[in-house]
Amino acid sequence: MSTEPLRTLLQTAFPDATELDVVDRTGGGDHFQVVVTAPSLDGLSLVEQHRRVYQALAEPLGDGTIHELRIKTKGAA
Amino acid sequence: MTYSEKIRSVIDDSDVVLFMKGTPAFVMCGNSDRALQALRRAGAPVTAVDVLADPAIRQELSAISGWPTIPQVFVRGELVGGADIVEELEASGDLESTLREKLGDDYAARRDEKTVAV
Repeated sequence: MSTEPLRTLLQTAFPDATELDVVDRTGGGDHFQVVVTAPSLDGLSLVEQHRRVYQALAEPLGDGTIHELRIKTKGAA
Repeated sequence: MTYSEKIRSVIDDSDVVLFMKGTPAFVMCGNSDRALQALRRAGAPVTAVDVLADPAIRQELSAISGWPTIPQVFVRGELVGGADIVEELEASGDLESTLREKLGDDYAARRDEKTVAV
């Protein structure tokens, strides 16, 4: 999978994102790193912030398209 | 006991639990290793559970925690996070603060690594 569908899913889940990045870590289309900074994450624990990302990417995570996911989240910078 | 009951009892009865792929002596996944190394740097007493022992363990664990990936770290019954969060908390010093707060100032004196089956 390319990074674009993942970026679209994240943009839908975090329309307020001030930073949104998806990197294919290995070039193999299944190991990704995502970075999300969004005011809607402000005040949430890291566990809750990462849960929101997992929810946004539930489909590609569930069907095995994403084999490994690294997440970096922040509330409003 | 079912897997679900055993998993819950390990989570509830241990100071720090690391659900991982492999064991501390033979880690089978880079992310499990990242979490283990962060816990070691923080001096945590680690109780490890190898989810590769049976695929059902991972399914039951994720049903309990609502967390889809491995590794998963719990401190005194509460999910702290996966490899990314544990590394981030260790780097900022927040992991040590949490361990001190929940386990007491002398937690590092009890540092230990053991593997339990569920």
